[in-house]
Amino acid sequence: MTRVHDMGGRYGDGAVVPEDENGPVFPKDWHGRALAVTLACGSLGQWNIDISRHAREQLSPQDYTRFSYYEKWIAGLADLLVETGVLTQEDLAGEGPDGPHPLADRAMKPEAVKQTLVNGGPADRDSNIAPLFEPGQAVRTARPAGNRLVDGGHTRLPAYAAGATGRIVRLHGSHVLPDSSAHRLGEAPEPLYAVAFPAAELWTDPEHPGDEVVLDLWQSYLHPA
Amino acid sequence: MPHDDHDHPHTLLPPDPALRVKALETILTRKGLIDPAALDEIIDTYENKIGPKNGARVVARAWSDPEFLEALRADATAVVKDMGFYGRQGEHMVIVENTPDVHNMVVCTLCSCYPWPLLGIPPGWYKSDAYRARAVREPRKVLADFGVGLGDNTAVRVWDSTAEVRYLVIPMRPDGTDGLDEDALAGLVTRDSMIGTGLAVAP
Repeated sequence: MTRVHDMGGRYGDGAVVPEDENGPVFPKDWHGRALAVTLACGSLGQWNIDISRHAREQLSPQDYTRFSYYEKWIAGLADLLVETGVLTQEDLAGEGPDGPHPLADRAMKPEAVKQTLVNGGPADRDSNIAPLFEPGQAVRTARPAGNRLVDGGHTRLPAYAAGATGRIVRLHGSHVLPDSSAHRLGEAPEPLYAVAFPAAELWTDPEHPGDEVVLDLWQSYLHPA
Repeated sequence: MPHDDHDHPHTLLPPDPALRVKALETILTRKGLIDPAALDEIIDTYENKIGPKNGARVVARAWSDPEFLEALRADATAVVKDMGFYGRQGEHMVIVENTPDVHNMVVCTLCSCYPWPLLGIPPGWYKSDAYRARAVREPRKVLADFGVGLGDNTAVRVWDSTAEVRYLVIPMRPDGTDGLDEDALAGLVTRDSMIGTGLAVAP
């Protein structure tokens, strides 16, 4: 079983509402602040992108559902700051001490922003795990979807694609395995593939016989079919 | 490890979202862990410097220059990096090309993965539950929400961005654009056409 964030294929969400392409990037000022605080805290070096995604996914289903997008970010960040010991519960309650923090020398400076964003955080890695599959080959995804290293842990195999048969479209090289990296168990890089699934393999009532969904899936999510 | 049994510390912050962000920013600033001027710089970058105009330049050039398109197919990351479009959330780029036979559309059902260096910060609808839930199961109905209709001879291929690979859709070049230069062509490339929920506009 995965978590509430794993919503691909779910019914009942209603219409998608397009937006003016020239509208504001951050419709409310606090949206931009939430994004910027989150990115800046990343420079403290206490977590990676998989850990921060998992922090949002660990919000209770009630909170995940009622929070708007950037509320999830801020809640995940606050939880992560306490979990990593950067802040205490007293700090969050406004009752902690001011003054320099041991990590303050890592704070992102304005002059470092451009280069930090340009550098990004590539997940491509060398790996000693050889690719088992090649484009065109049929594969079947693991079932059930879920982290096999940590119960209830982070994974990037959506439930809707568990146990489905598809074909390899391309090899993306080797990438950090989120199931391991999100739990500080090492980067464990392995081959990553784009895998195409016929819509009829995933849905009871596909819209068109030619339609497909393509997912990026790690080798350990896949079996030969 | 998951800490599902613990209280969620975020509940200690004020409930109102704007106050909640402000409170966290204040706490972190007082401890020297963030610099508000750096936050201003991040916001300015994504409001004013990085956005869909970057992606539109890539598409316009792909329409105009067959060698460039071939290079994009082989290694999009290196090609867009040469144009200055590399960085956070665009570290591994792949292009997917629309044709009369296949229409590509990009989603992230698990979160909100999106090619920031080429398209900027994703619009609200891209991050919405409705788009994340429906795009993979009923892409044609989602396209209808955007006013886009496809014929039966066109298959839809939905790319669910489940890893650190980011996809840019190269929309079909509109008819009647033979004489246009790259700047004029870039003006026809909408953000939504590069996500796959829209088409490039006719001149």
